Amino acid sequence: MPIDKTVPTFEEAVADIPDGATVFIGGFGGAGGMPHRLMLALRDLGSKSLTIAGNTAGIAVPTGFGWPAGEEPIDHAILVENGQIAKVIASFPVSGSVSRKNAFELAFERGEIELEVVPQGTLVERMRAAGAGIPAFYTPTGAGTDLAAGKETREFDGIECVLETALRADFALIRGAVADRLGNITYSGTSRSFNVAMAAAAEITISEVDEIVEPGEIDPERVDTPAIYVDRVVARGAQGKGSR
Amino acid sequence: MTIPDPASRLDREVIAMRVAREFRDGDVVNLGIGIPTLCSDFVPPGVQLLYHSESGVLNCGPLADEADGDIDLINAGGQFLQAVPGMSFFDSAEAFAMIRGGHIDLTVLGALQVSARGDLANWFLPSRGVGNVGGAMDLAVGAKRVIVAMEHSDREGDSKIVSECTFPLTAMRCVSLIVTDVAVFEVTGRNRGLWLIEVAPGWDADAVGSVTAADFAVSDELKEIELL
Repeated sequence: MPIDKTVPTFEEAVADIPDGATVFIGGFGGAGGMPHRLMLALRDLGSKSLTIAGNTAGIAVPTGFGWPAGEEPIDHAILVENGQIAKVIASFPVSGSVSRKNAFELAFERGEIELEVVPQGTLVERMRAAGAGIPAFYTPTGAGTDLAAGKETREFDGIECVLETALRADFALIRGAVADRLGNITYSGTSRSFNVAMAAAAEITISEVDEIVEPGEIDPERVDTPAIYVDRVVARGAQGKGSR
Repeated sequence: MTIPDPASRLDREVIAMRVAREFRDGDVVNLGIGIPTLCSDFVPPGVQLLYHSESGVLNCGPLADEADGDIDLINAGGQFLQAVPGMSFFDSAEAFAMIRGGHIDLTVLGALQVSARGDLANWFLPSRGVGNVGGAMDLAVGAKRVIVAMEHSDREGDSKIVSECTFPLTAMRCVSLIVTDVAVFEVTGRNRGLWLIEVAPGWDADAVGSVTAADFAVSDELKEIELL
């Protein structure tokens, strides 16, 4: 039977995400590369006590980060405000503006959500390591700071390094530009971001894409995420490349 | 005790102008948010830089007009970029491999505090109780040279140059040059200490000392900040 990872609706694509799951949410923080339709479907599904990991915890709504002027952003706030999040793992969890707090920061102040802040390069490398079968690695990033507290350290060539462990998820929600039904994915521009590492580091990887094409229509030289890492693809349909 | 400033402090553009004098032709440069971003407006003639951004692009060019914004072409501050010839795109793991791997010649970062040893604190303001580390820790340990561009004093008027950082650290002993609105310090020597090399017009070493909460040595060749 021909392999076909296409799922017709966003609702079906996320239907088996249970309470308590760890979910990667792709992108960098702006509209590009962020799986908004999958996030909306997860909001509608209503799974609770989720751990979400990704670069941010929703910075587009308060500041318009990476969003076209005049368009109302969608970000992680839809999940936070729906009471679905127990823990956030992120490098840039809050708004860059102290006076414009995001929904996560307000929930954090109320003690409703746990936070693990991870340096951006360490965060993505922990995902990359998970996808590549590396259980842990040493990095100089964070040595001597609060973010290394309680972690093993070791000197290499006179430089103190911190032992960081691989970070896996039960589900990765990512967004690509074009997929084929085998699950090969290409991205556009800076929307590769966290999506590439996340795709390989989750038990089930679900990609929202602008367009789904037949195998052979994507130049194999241009595949960014090979099909081996991808379980489901859903087309944005009429929304296409749009931000929302 | 507050002593009035002997002369006005430099504005943000002038800090950026002074930092830009450090750029060398062909440098790969990563600019932080705030004053560091302004440095790209003052690159000396004849100097071509390759700008790196954590968003996953090398050779990023000027900002795009608002109406032409492409959601798949942003810098690390979430601003839309123009497409320019010679760009390359990569994912976050590679963007940070470039940083930690020593492939960035120079990064310019803002700071909340810098210590006399060059320790940097720039990610967590204790009064907020939560902070964004972003790529700051990776850049501070990975770039070959770290320059801090900042105002000399914080909003309360306290010195941001201190003998020991009281805010949570970004990285230890990483800063090699500090450019503020009143002075330029090198962080040098086996024991790492501050070396005052330039002052703003109308300022001298004593005046800088009166607004600086750390000891420093004064260069024999102390001069006014040169912009050209």
